[in-house]
Amino acid sequence: MTSRQSVAVAGEEIRLENVVKAYGDSRAVDDISVTLPAGAFTVLLGPSGCGKSTTLRMIAGLEEVTSGAITIGGKDITGLNAARRNISMVFQSYALFPHLSVAENITFGLKVRRVAKAEREDRLKTVADLLGLPLLLDRKPSQLSGGQQQRVALGRAIIAEKPVCLMDEPLSNLDAKLRHEMRVEIRALQQQLGFTMVYVTHDQVEAITMADQVVLLNGGKIEQVANPRALYEKPATAFAARFIGSPPMNIIPSTSLPLLGENAPDVLFGLRPEALELRSEGPVRGRVRTIEYLGADTLVACDVGGTDVLARLPSGRSVAAGDALSFGFAPDTLHIFDQTSGKRRDDLITQIGLQVQSS
Amino acid sequence: MEQLLLAFGSMALGVGACVLYFWGSNRLLDLALPPRSRNAADNIRRANMIRPWLFLGPAVIILSAYLVYPVFNSIYLSFHGRSGDVYVGLDNYRWLFADAGFRESIFNNLLWLVVVPSASTFFGLIAAALTDRISWGNIAKSLIFMPMAISFVGASVIWKFIYDVRAADVEQIGLLNAIVVFFGGEPQAWIALPFWNNFFLMIILIWIQTGFAMVILSAALRGIPEETVEAAVLDGANPFQIFMKIKVPQIWGTIAVVWTTITILVLKVFDIVLAMTNGQWGTQVLANFMFDWMFRGLDFGRSATIALVIMALVVPIMIWNIREAQKDG
Ligand SMILES: Nc1ncnc2c1ncn2[C@@H]1O[C@H](COP(=O)(O)OP(=O)(O)OP(=O)(O)O)[C@@H](O)[C@H]1O
Ligand SMILES: [Mg+2]
Repeated sequence: MTSRQSVAVAGEEIRLENVVKAYGDSRAVDDISVTLPAGAFTVLLGPSGCGKSTTLRMIAGLEEVTSGAITIGGKDITGLNAARRNISMVFQSYALFPHLSVAENITFGLKVRRVAKAEREDRLKTVADLLGLPLLLDRKPSQLSGGQQQRVALGRAIIAEKPVCLMDEPLSNLDAKLRHEMRVEIRALQQQLGFTMVYVTHDQVEAITMADQVVLLNGGKIEQVANPRALYEKPATAFAARFIGSPPMNIIPSTSLPLLGENAPDVLFGLRPEALELRSEGPVRGRVRTIEYLGADTLVACDVGGTDVLARLPSGRSVAAGDALSFGFAPDTLHIFDQTSGKRRDDLITQIGLQVQSS
Repeated sequence: MEQLLLAFGSMALGVGACVLYFWGSNRLLDLALPPRSRNAADNIRRANMIRPWLFLGPAVIILSAYLVYPVFNSIYLSFHGRSGDVYVGLDNYRWLFADAGFRESIFNNLLWLVVVPSASTFFGLIAAALTDRISWGNIAKSLIFMPMAISFVGASVIWKFIYDVRAADVEQIGLLNAIVVFFGGEPQAWIALPFWNNFFLMIILIWIQTGFAMVILSAALRGIPEETVEAAVLDGANPFQIFMKIKVPQIWGTIAVVWTTITILVLKVFDIVLAMTNGQWGTQVLANFMFDWMFRGLDFGRSATIALVIMALVVPIMIWNIREAQKDG
């Protein structure tokens, strides 16, 4: 019996093809097609009720697919039952078995799959060391803190050495500090072990910091699939633009901010609060409505042609409500979206960039 | 008419007296320890210590009269002769432990104790697990629960028809014998069949109690977090493993409460035996044995002694049951 030094798994690619989940007339997941690369950390991100959990549960096999297909590692598993899909999952509530000790919780899956005792113990030891659990193995879940329970849930998922791991908002029950620590830890764990991770969250910070790839969902449809940087720098839709970044990007209709001249089509301009800088005679002009002092900088809300626009200014500059301010911005920080479809319109950027610079 | 008036009158009087008592005693307490003035805090604290006793008082007194007094009186009677006036020392106990009828009752009670609670709980658990999974589960549940609404004597009457026996040349109206005859067997007098007749009587109680067990256990099963079951599914456990290793352990406390509740009921089993066999053919149980000595033997001493034995058996289980139920909540 050789002792194992590490747990390592080759991740497998997951593909969703035109996946639909309907509850009666309403569609919780509406025709989603996306590829989650092998060994990558993919985050399903979106507001509450957008269908993240439903999508994840369809991948897990806990929810039936109304139409469409799901493949894992090139194999169609759409109709396969959950136990045979070769995946592990961490639930939001951790779903630990209250009557079993930590060790028994972690090895439950191995036991029902008839893994030999010696190997079970061996793997348990590796996983417990990896997660810092060795001293807690004999306790019951009720005798653990939330963070420790979370680790046990992680242990239960990784001991199975499955090529795919699913997590549904695993950090939402932890406090801010612990959440930050676990974020780093889960990400490190995934990179170390190499499985394919599908991670559900509604927290854009979690998504941006952890993901290789973000799948942004809205109302059961995909808004954008991109890596975090692309998502932040080139949001594909006005929705994506507002969802990523805090405070959210300003979306200003061209009726409030006529940058394109008289007979141009109606569009939406997107400008992040940090992209706006005070500049006399700048193109964005408004009157200060409210001021929020944040320490290092100040958030100023201005009324620009009837639209609320947030600007993040260095705190050195003192402003008061009612002041008239004008802002400029670097041309490459401007985003343009179609008025009706909300889609990104990069074709208009150059045209405007020139105007802005000349003004 | 007069009776009706009398009834309403006494009802009004009773309620009035209660109101008067609770309101009046509370008022007196407030007067004696006014929640004002210099030592208001002290007074309130003291009044709060007295108040519960004031309010609980009547109930405690009445319960004592109905429950505690009989216990002591039974103890007293158990040391006295048949009409309760001659002191006989331990004679009743000596008689009891030498008596064949008592031994038979104890043996049968143990038999009931082993079979009925476990069978009822077991069938209740199975029924709860299965009815939750099928579309017509609620109808099945109502059917299984129905016997709970029938009195023990009523149930006995129903089962008397099932076990009924007629002479071999006459058509059998008992369901069981009709079936036996249909398959070419000899009709049997089921409830007079020594030893096995005990089980025929137990079936009646199991039939009644399975519904009770099912309802309680079904509620407990629904209380199990769905995610623990899903986690077990993903871990590769089959439905049987999930039931035995995930669900049952999580409702273990409830199973224990159901089991002990039925156990206590079984220790007191009486009506079914009285109605079916009256303790003949080797089916005697403690409660019926006591009843026999009380109302047929007219022996206060002996029946009180039997009553104490029943109590001694029930009390420990009762205490455990209450503890377990409190732990659950
Ligand atoms: N069993 C069900 N029956 C009917 N509708 C459902 C059912 N389950 C989910 N839905 C609907 O499907 C939609 C998506 O639900 P889902 O749980 O996937 O949201 P989510 O993105 O995970 O949200 P959250 O962040 O709040 O967890 C919601 O509008 C929800 O109301
Ligand atoms: Mg969800």
